[in-house]
Amino acid sequence: MKILVCISHVPDTTSKINFTNNDTEFDKNGVQFVINPYDEFCLTRAMWFKEKQGAKVTVVNVGGLETETTLRKALAIGADDAIRININPTDGLLVAKELAAVVKAGSYDLVLAGKESADYNGQMVPGMLASLVDFNFVNGCVEIEVAGANVTAKREIDGGTETLSTSLPLVIGGQKGIVEEKDLRIPNMRGIMMARKKPLQVSEATGSEASTSIASFEKPAPKGAVKLVDADNLDELISLLHNEAKVI
Amino acid sequence: MSVLVFADSTDGKFKKTAFEVVSYGKKVAEQLASNLVVVTINATDATELYTYGAEKVLTVSNDSLSTFNAKEYASVIEQAAVKESATIIVVDSSINGLYLSPLVAVGLEAAYASNTVSAPSNINPFTVKRKAFSNKAFSNTVISSEKKLIGLAKNSFGIHENMVSGALESFEPTVAVSGVKSESIERVTGTVTIADADTVVSAGRGLKGPENWGMIEELAAVLGAATACSKPVSDLGWRPHGEHVGQTGKPVASNLYIAIGISGAIQHLAGINASKVKVVINTDPEAPFFKAADYGVVGDAFEVIPKLIEKLKAFKAA
Repeated sequence: MKILVCISHVPDTTSKINFTNNDTEFDKNGVQFVINPYDEFCLTRAMWFKEKQGAKVTVVNVGGLETETTLRKALAIGADDAIRININPTDGLLVAKELAAVVKAGSYDLVLAGKESADYNGQMVPGMLASLVDFNFVNGCVEIEVAGANVTAKREIDGGTETLSTSLPLVIGGQKGIVEEKDLRIPNMRGIMMARKKPLQVSEATGSEASTSIASFEKPAPKGAVKLVDADNLDELISLLHNEAKVI
Repeated sequence: MSVLVFADSTDGKFKKTAFEVVSYGKKVAEQLASNLVVVTINATDATELYTYGAEKVLTVSNDSLSTFNAKEYASVIEQAAVKESATIIVVDSSINGLYLSPLVAVGLEAAYASNTVSAPSNINPFTVKRKAFSNKAFSNTVISSEKKLIGLAKNSFGIHENMVSGALESFEPTVAVSGVKSESIERVTGTVTIADADTVVSAGRGLKGPENWGMIEELAAVLGAATACSKPVSDLGWRPHGEHVGQTGKPVASNLYIAIGISGAIQHLAGINASKVKVVINTDPEAPFFKAADYGVVGDAFEVIPKLIEKLKAFKAA
């Protein structure tokens, strides 16, 4: 089984978000970048398929040179090789089209991608990719088992889960549950040393064009100060929620 | 040219998000001086949508579409969009809406703006405001393609009544062939889901152990609320994963969010920030949640919550 894991290079979840150049660009100054947490769950599941079922695991990122540290981290965790598509990922469809070219060229059986990225949270790329390459698609996946070409997957639904049967080739939009938090791996020294020698191929983009662009960013309006209510005067809290906030 | 809205239903009944996307579609149609068409699949009473401005409703009744399938449902929306020459398509941001929308975008060659929170601020160039960076910011996104798919964030535009005398039209699309089949659905019944809830009562490590969740469930029951928890609580196994809200858990966009014994880590706040009114109850007045909340009580949950339950019961009875 050939697995492709899509890796986004995103600000650490604790990052303060600021903008620069007249609020048109994300300010990367002082920001630590990491593997998108949703992708990390998928990568960890791919490692399981590698170790238990002999899968070969390739990681891919659409982005500039600075994202290679994140791809190297994925290699240190255990991926066999990496591909970087050299184009700025400005738009979901553009990224999906670039990934589709990689999927077609590499004859992958299973594509694992986080259901969203922690930066733009678009929740677009896995489904668009599946559609472009005409693979089966399960989104919000919290469990996946592969036996031959047959796949059993669970996805999260409102208030529960749905069990689905499908087959390879398949794209998964994964989230926590596909592995648990405790299953996530921290690269060890040996993994980091080996990752330096693993192949990281840089491919030029196919020239997909973006159909959306960001004119500007803004931050939420500053919040007013919290209204504190005395713990012995909860009637006041109820009155505020009823009369002022009108939510009860 | 028209605006097409997909109004999703479960077991024939519309959810509130259906009324919100129709309200939104009506607004956009007015801005574009265009007409609004709504498509429904196996809805029991599609005339309900007239209240929110749906002049024309395409009703699909087909037993082979009784269970949600992303590819099949996406195909229905695509066929409706082609039939109605729709240039704007609006879908909600429910779990199912987010599953099918990317497929619709590729099928129609439409640009897709997910997480949209408001009506277009400009028609030319077509500009919408979207959530980004896990609710820590917004982007003003320009869509340049001819066809545009808008994913409307939950509880962002609101439900607006706008009664019209509408008309139903039976629509019989071809059912697409999907390689994904639903085998079974496991649902916790009898409780309010986080996605549907107007109010969410959420608790954290301050509760000290899973045995203390009785009062959280009771408070939720009094308010008709869903229960939720912080990440550490779900990682410790005190509560099921489905209750974890925050950046890598479920997003919350309720009207009222009550956080009990949750300090307010940046990742937690990112996940619940879209809620309209936030209340924090915590022993530590320095807890970061007090900076994010509208109302706060500094106090011990084990004393405050039982008292609050009694007072709310009296309030509800009055």
